[in-house]
Amino acid sequence: MIKLEGVSKTYGAGPTAVHALKNIDLEVPKGAIHGVIGLSGAGKSTLIRCVNLLERPTEGHVIVDGQDLTQQDSEALRQSRHQLGMIFQHFNLLASRTVFDNVALPLELMGVSKGEIRERVEPLLDLTGLTDKATQYPAQLSGGQKQRVAIARALASRPKVLLCDEATSALDPQTTASILELLQDINRKLGLTILLITHEMEVVKSICHRVGLISDGELVEEADVGDFFTAPATRLGREFLNAFLELEPPQALVERLEETPGEHTHPVVRLAFSGANVATPLISRLARDSGVDVSILQAKVESIQGRTLGLMIAELVGTPETTSQALKQLESHDINVEVLGHVQRNA
Amino acid sequence: MSSAMLELILEATLDTLYMVALAGAVSAVIGIPLGVLLYVTRPGQILAQPVAQRVLGVVTNIGRSIPFIILMVAIIPFTRLIVGSSIGTNAAIVPLIIAAIPFVARLVEGALNEIPPGLIEAAQAMGATPLQIITKVLLPEAKGGIINGLTITVVTLVSYSAMAGAVGGGGLGDLGIRYGYNRFEPLIMLITVAILVVMVQGFQSLGDRLVRKADHK
Repeated sequence: MIKLEGVSKTYGAGPTAVHALKNIDLEVPKGAIHGVIGLSGAGKSTLIRCVNLLERPTEGHVIVDGQDLTQQDSEALRQSRHQLGMIFQHFNLLASRTVFDNVALPLELMGVSKGEIRERVEPLLDLTGLTDKATQYPAQLSGGQKQRVAIARALASRPKVLLCDEATSALDPQTTASILELLQDINRKLGLTILLITHEMEVVKSICHRVGLISDGELVEEADVGDFFTAPATRLGREFLNAFLELEPPQALVERLEETPGEHTHPVVRLAFSGANVATPLISRLARDSGVDVSILQAKVESIQGRTLGLMIAELVGTPETTSQALKQLESHDINVEVLGHVQRNA
Repeated sequence: MSSAMLELILEATLDTLYMVALAGAVSAVIGIPLGVLLYVTRPGQILAQPVAQRVLGVVTNIGRSIPFIILMVAIIPFTRLIVGSSIGTNAAIVPLIIAAIPFVARLVEGALNEIPPGLIEAAQAMGATPLQIITKVLLPEAKGGIINGLTITVVTLVSYSAMAGAVGGGGLGDLGIRYGYNRFEPLIMLITVAILVVMVQGFQSLGDRLVRKADHK
């Protein structure tokens, strides 16, 4: 449904040029919810703005539903934009219009008749739970209600794609959850393809099917959400995951960690179990089979879109031989093992 | 006070209202589009024309920097061309309009500047044409600010119109100078000033009420 081919965006020229996006390839199939996560300034906003050409890419092609938007003239592009609804972090509602008239705006722009506007807006207000707010002005609404109006407005032109630019970043966690639920709902009911950008792992975890990680203008990692939460491929991916899961080793331990194993050190490992492994008593079995003692420093279980994910930080106490055997045993069980470092024995 | 004097005061009041109303209306009709043009042709805006915008900006500034009393005299040939005479109330309205247009334009531009840029972006994302953005987004969203600007313009016009006497324009200011100052009749001076104060108060509260009605913030 959405295809970006070699999209680059450069501001300015020469040595002071800023490369906001570098050769991005991205494909979002019809009906998918695709997330792009990244830190501030990584290029997320530029990326999503390139999809409906609010920002024109310096290079590359943006293909939506088979149409190459980068090749279209301004009139054709305006028509194409009716296929691409967009919602924003700060809602961008017109303060001078009621809820109803805000939702009606895209239809007015398309020249839809008054009668048809009424017929099309009312079901949208119903879908977004705003029927009783129709005559109110945005200033009278809460943030969550405003974003619902923006969603209804974005759906008014019956788009095939919904672009969400940090749509929940200005909302509290509870409201975020209800907006995400609404997005998931319309994805299912209307078969709408959703591309969202966010800096919140929670958003990715709750509704995305696939996720891309953007860093310094480059898509550095792309994976199914279940895989991304079990075993991110990049260092940045792991940082996002650890910050989200709040699974960092205790500070006192971090200070004692050494990068290379010494004569009398134990490895400290982060283990990520998924699927059936979570329910298996692997640790006690490991202790029995390999003869190492496992000292669990931290552990938690997360449920990510029906998949269970177990995470643990543990110190493996044994001889170099037994601990390396233990690590092998863990890996053979398809557990993601990351050695964080080594600590001195009896320290 | 004689009834002739009262009649003079009444006539001067109506003259002032006439000058202010007509100059205000015409300068709004020309100044609002000019203000919109100043805004939408800025670099990065929906109809960016940086060079034309610069030129327009300079012309607007020149219009705003000429003292009204000088403007009034300087454009006498132009005034004669438009109204057929260089003296009288109508002749005073021409320089009032010329002075008010750039004033209105800058105030409108300022009002548009208050609109969050995200709204324009949202409209663009919906496939709005530049004209639709102006009529459906910019003008409605800036309505309160524009009315506020027009109120300021009208109040300024009341004070400018007091100088209309210089071209035989009549009005309260003229009456105050001729009777109150030149003929040493402080009562007349006081009355004209009092009427002007009431007039300005009236325009201001009317404007404020309209702004409140227009704003849903």
